[in-house]
Amino acid sequence: MENTAPSTNVIEVLSLTRRYGALIAVDHLNFSVASGTTFGLLGPNGAGKSTLIKMLTTLLPPSEGTAKISGFDLVQHPELVRKKIGYVSQMLSADGDLTGYENLLISAKLYGMPRSERSTRIAQALEFMDLAHVSGKLVGQYSGGMIRRLEIAQSMLHRPSVLFMDEPSVGLDPSAKRSVWERIGELRREFGTTILMTTHDMEEADHLCDMVAVMHRGVLAAMDTPAALKAQVGAEASLDDVFIHFTGAAISEGGELKDVARTRITSQRLG
Amino acid sequence: MSLAHESHLNVWAEPFPGANYLRQTMAVAEADIRKLIHDPVELFTRMVQPVLWLLIFGQVFNRARAIPTGGISYLDFMAPGILAQSVLFGAIFYGISLIWERDLGIVQKYLVSPAPRSTLVLGRAISSTVRSLCQMVFVYLLSYILHIQLRFGIFALAGVVLSVMLGSAIFSTFSLIIACLVKSRERFMGIGQVLTMPLFFASNAIYPLSLMPAWLRVVSKVNPLSYQVDALRTLMIVGSTTSFGLGKDFLMQFVAFAVVVVVATKLYPTIVI
Ligand SMILES: Nc1ncnc2c1ncn2[C@@H]1O[C@H](COP(=O)(O)OP(=O)(O)OP(=O)(O)O)[C@@H](O)[C@H]1O
Ligand SMILES: [Mg+2]
Repeated sequence: MENTAPSTNVIEVLSLTRRYGALIAVDHLNFSVASGTTFGLLGPNGAGKSTLIKMLTTLLPPSEGTAKISGFDLVQHPELVRKKIGYVSQMLSADGDLTGYENLLISAKLYGMPRSERSTRIAQALEFMDLAHVSGKLVGQYSGGMIRRLEIAQSMLHRPSVLFMDEPSVGLDPSAKRSVWERIGELRREFGTTILMTTHDMEEADHLCDMVAVMHRGVLAAMDTPAALKAQVGAEASLDDVFIHFTGAAISEGGELKDVARTRITSQRLG
Repeated sequence: MSLAHESHLNVWAEPFPGANYLRQTMAVAEADIRKLIHDPVELFTRMVQPVLWLLIFGQVFNRARAIPTGGISYLDFMAPGILAQSVLFGAIFYGISLIWERDLGIVQKYLVSPAPRSTLVLGRAISSTVRSLCQMVFVYLLSYILHIQLRFGIFALAGVVLSVMLGSAIFSTFSLIIACLVKSRERFMGIGQVLTMPLFFASNAIYPLSLMPAWLRVVSKVNPLSYQVDALRTLMIVGSTTSFGLGKDFLMQFVAFAVVVVVATKLYPTIVI
């Protein structure tokens, strides 16, 4: 049952569909992600990116179809899939009433890590994410960038084969964003983790992703390497142009309202 | 900086079968208990209610002698009921923290972990018992000050501890079920208010079953709170007699706990949908 060949697809999405009432948020998606690569999902607000990630992380049961993560079927063996994945959600969601150290400790225990393994990994993770000096502080007092770094550390503590990140750098200032990117790049090099991430930040997609897909109304409007997508749209095109080309003006229309709401949620968490 | 060269397999030998299950359950409880240690205010606010009931309601009815209590004073009769009540009121709103943590994205982190869903439910039940034991210590202190005829035998005390923990585990898990069904904080508060009083008054907490009209007696006999109160009264107070028998008291509490855990485990993942 286990996937034996290391160089094959670690994520295989098979006709995956999610309906909310009459709305089809994710519409019979089919794609795959090769082992060790970083896959970026772009798309306007409401395109279905988070819904897709929630299904792939077993939080949301698909209405139709399935996916295989590290060779395990999401619908048939969610408990096996969970051992293989890490998840950084769109919201800043480390537990604000616990310290940074405690957040990591509880995670480590949930993943069944024995005591000896726990202490070294937690110490390393805090060091690596540059959080050692605040590890005893309540996360409620952290800045957004610190929370994000903590969450990435938390999601990697058990060394998942696949890491899902829903807008990892949303709400971060440019330098915090850079430092999160560096950490993501390094984790990938060290552990060969396959990453599926969503983003609204074209620079981020360009910087981190080997493959990019543009999602629109529940389907993939385009999928290729960032360079190939840009070439497809025009000689001087940026990923921004690619985005607009494949989704119309959606980013400026449907986008605004939800963007504002999300920023508010983020600032609530930070404030 | 190098993080590599550890095993990517994450297969750790269990020191004994079930060790992982236990570790995961306790991790869920630990998270909540650590929060309580960071901010214990809640423990103190929970002390107000039993003081009011015992000092005001209890003193007045103690004098009135209006309620047949089988040879013990009314204050003695009601003290175990008030302990059960304070545990119930503390536990019945426990589920709102699940909704709150769902809104913050915290519950989702537990759900993407490989911890079996039942450990997520049991862990929360355990953390609620820790709160209830603090309440028990407080009600004992208060009862002692009020000269209530307390039993202090080791088995009696152990039985009280067990019954307090079971009561808290039953009603906090029941509260999780409600949270999973209603999903929003506002609706939860509404339903919580509506449920507590009937649970309390349709029980033997502050008057005996013999005073109730027949229909209410029937309701009381399926109310787990009645069995908890009966066990507490028998084990806590010198000279009190049991209505159901201690064996049945504990059996019914265990059965109620098993039922709510099974249902809550089934519903828990739906809180995020
Ligand atoms: N729980 C829900 N109930 C009903 N509809 C939902 C629910 N969650 C999402 N939707 C709808 O499904 C569609 C896809 O939402 P989703 O959150 O997946 O978009 P997204 O691509 O992540 O957007 P964003 O960039 O704003 O995060 C939207 O139209 C949204 O309104
Ligand atoms: Mg989203």
